[in-house]
Amino acid sequence: MDSNAANEKDMASKAHADVHADEKATVDGRTAKLKIFRGDRQGGREVEYEIPLVEGMVVLDAVLNIQAHQAPDLAVRWNCKAAHCGSCSAEINGKPKLLCKARVEEYDGGEIHVAPLQAFPIIKDLVSDVSWNYEVSRGIKPFQSSEQAPFTMYEEDVERLYEPKKCIECFMCQDVCHVLRTHHKHPEFAGPRFFVRNQWLEMHPMDETERLADLKEKDGLGYCNITKCCTEVCPVGIKITDNSIIPLKERVADEYYDPAKWLMRKIRGNSRERNGSRNGR
Amino acid sequence: MTEVENNGNRDGSRERYEVREHDVLIVGAGGAGLRAAVSAAERGLSVGIVTKSLLGKAHTVMAEGGMAAALGNVDPDDSWQQHFIDTMRSGKFINNWRMAEIHAKESPDRVYELEQWGALFNRTPEGKISQRPFGGHTYRRLAHVGDRTGLELIRTMQEKVLATDAKVYMETTITKLFKKDGRVVGALAYTRENGKFVLFRAKAVVMATGGWGRIFKVTSNSWEGTGDGVVLAYDAGAELVDMEMMQFHPTGMVWPPGVRGLLVTEGVRGEGGLLRNSKGERYMEKYDPEKMELSTRDVVARANYTEVQEGRGSEHGGVYLDITHLGYEGIMKKLPTMHEQFLKLADIDISKEPMEVFPTVHYTMGGIKVDPETCATNVPGLYAAGECAGGLHGANRLGGNSLSDLLVFGRRAGDGASEYVAQSTHSAEIAESDVLTEMARVLEPLEKEEGDESPYLMQQELQEAMMEHANLMRTGDSLEEGLGKVLALKDRLPGVKVGGTRLFNPGWHTAQDIRYLIQISEIILRTAMLRTERRGAQWRLDYDGPDDDLGKINFIVTKDEQGEIGIERREFPPMPEHLRELVEDKVPDMAGGEKRGPESQF
Repeated sequence: MDSNAANEKDMASKAHADVHADEKATVDGRTAKLKIFRGDRQGGREVEYEIPLVEGMVVLDAVLNIQAHQAPDLAVRWNCKAAHCGSCSAEINGKPKLLCKARVEEYDGGEIHVAPLQAFPIIKDLVSDVSWNYEVSRGIKPFQSSEQAPFTMYEEDVERLYEPKKCIECFMCQDVCHVLRTHHKHPEFAGPRFFVRNQWLEMHPMDETERLADLKEKDGLGYCNITKCCTEVCPVGIKITDNSIIPLKERVADEYYDPAKWLMRKIRGNSRERNGSRNGR
Repeated sequence: MTEVENNGNRDGSRERYEVREHDVLIVGAGGAGLRAAVSAAERGLSVGIVTKSLLGKAHTVMAEGGMAAALGNVDPDDSWQQHFIDTMRSGKFINNWRMAEIHAKESPDRVYELEQWGALFNRTPEGKISQRPFGGHTYRRLAHVGDRTGLELIRTMQEKVLATDAKVYMETTITKLFKKDGRVVGALAYTRENGKFVLFRAKAVVMATGGWGRIFKVTSNSWEGTGDGVVLAYDAGAELVDMEMMQFHPTGMVWPPGVRGLLVTEGVRGEGGLLRNSKGERYMEKYDPEKMELSTRDVVARANYTEVQEGRGSEHGGVYLDITHLGYEGIMKKLPTMHEQFLKLADIDISKEPMEVFPTVHYTMGGIKVDPETCATNVPGLYAAGECAGGLHGANRLGGNSLSDLLVFGRRAGDGASEYVAQSTHSAEIAESDVLTEMARVLEPLEKEEGDESPYLMQQELQEAMMEHANLMRTGDSLEEGLGKVLALKDRLPGVKVGGTRLFNPGWHTAQDIRYLIQISEIILRTAMLRTERRGAQWRLDYDGPDDDLGKINFIVTKDEQGEIGIERREFPPMPEHLRELVEDKVPDMAGGEKRGPESQF
């Protein structure tokens, strides 16, 4: 092999130079301990695992390390590992968290208890059955416009819609909402996530669908007593209570409890003027 | 209304498997699968969608920068012709030119269709959809919403699908396609929740399973990217194309270790982000002085890699990507997700200091070979679209062309499969013995007595071997060494054994994936050994440039009669006149292309 070829080989082999950087980054042989719920619908218990602590490690890294080396059948749901997809929501020390965003160091050597979301039935270990949320989603009237795209919409018409559209459907707001978590009103209450969805639909300048009746009757908007628990846990910072739920409550109140509106409805049936600007101005 | 079913039946029935029938079965619920489903459902067909994850979590959700379409909203001179030219140039002219033409022409309609269905994009001052610049695109072309365009796309498609009669089988994994008289007529699946088997009978199957970035250790891909669809199709006799072409995204995170490989959107460079080495040099001047940071991904990835290899890297072995000039306000408007990602995971405020980045495995250009018009494969009844299909992107994909690919060809696959179903009279009978044999194979790692191979550790070994031998710089010797390692892993496959039960058991699920990962790795190594040139993502250090003859062919992979990998060099048909004249003056030598400069267009 001439020197050129040797250089090539060297260069190619260096392509993976830091493949083992994560092992090397183990912090001075320090370890982290996690207590993870192991069990299913029949019941279960916490099991303690100890793993090498790696700099910058998140709780999901720790769980996956345990899965690879100690407990191959440990169930956890995850996808992107970048806080974009909302799959890995679970509870750490009783609070809903994205496991991919919760750094082990944040707990500062204190106890780390990991459990599945509590507002939904457990499947196994850290995985709960969130399929109910998709049933609710299916029941919401989709976006509908008789106008033909491309729409003319100005930034100022739509900028308030960007926030509710950031939702990654981690369902942590659903998990923490006491209407669901404590009072189990699942059949009558859509939950914060779906008020967020209703909010952008209702405020979209081109949408023409009536949803306030559903919000009042089917989705149980009135159950929410604005304790803001949902806002506190939202990993993408949606001000669910202030920007989604309260405006929807106002619209419902305006529609159903304003005597003039009530009279108009009696006379004209259910049709009504919509808020928001029409196609441009 | 759509039924969403999590994990099949729950009635505790003791049947060994349940049977579901659909006209069209769609495997994968990312952008392509969901768009195909809408096409078929709108024609009144019975549609089943199978996804390994929950609905809305597919890798499409990770797309950040935008969706490329020549709308001309910001740069009125843009046209489908220019989008076509850019796509072909970036793909180094081994793209399927008809796919590139269809894609360039139809992308604008798909963007507007999304808007019609409720998607919201950032606006121009005139109230139109705004478009941002991206690497390799001549004009500002990417429709976007901040740096979460993929989320907007998948949520819009998800809500559209939920408003149809399509049935979604969440957290369900397909293990085999069944054929009768040469046609694909169904598939076997198991539910991840409880390991129950579901036999799908279907007149047509659409593969939309995404890529296989999980064969590499440093990757921006989620666990799902194990290439199931490609191997299932290959096993059923489908042709694969351009499998040697893996895209390394130039900018993945490097620190801390847990986030290594996590994507840093090209939108950062699109918004004016600057690349510098440890000496503070804007080194892209050396590699592509014309396009600089907005050169194509293959070029920028190699530049970043080379700077680090030659000793001009950052503290943690990357290069610096600086967007501080945009200021906090600008960043929060254009790149809020990136700001949050670095602040939360790396303690870096990107409005105050540069990011450290290094190439990360991102995308698979190659895949199942399809007919550009209908997305039909060479196997009757089998269709493919999105990342698992090959051809559109050639040797290197342009950023932003993936989201448009998903919808343009997802729709065509749904239409193609629907038309096939309308004309078909065949029965979808599947022999019970075949079903039972496959069930036994799937259960083997769980039920057998012997064996001590961990699927997790085998996957790690494979990922390290592929990092070492099939990275963004390749040599014949190293590829061959890698092949030896992969074949050794293949020999160990029968030893894979997992504990636990069938109840949501990731060890058992990983035991299924590892077979796909090994098979695809072998295909990549073998095709990469044959493409002895430098072209796009395939960069052979032991060859010094593009090869004119290899510029006329694709490597087509099929399973041969012995069950081994068969590779054919297949010349592609010449471009028709109306396309040829578009690119002729851009590339003096169509076969070999522009070969000048330190980092040529190849």
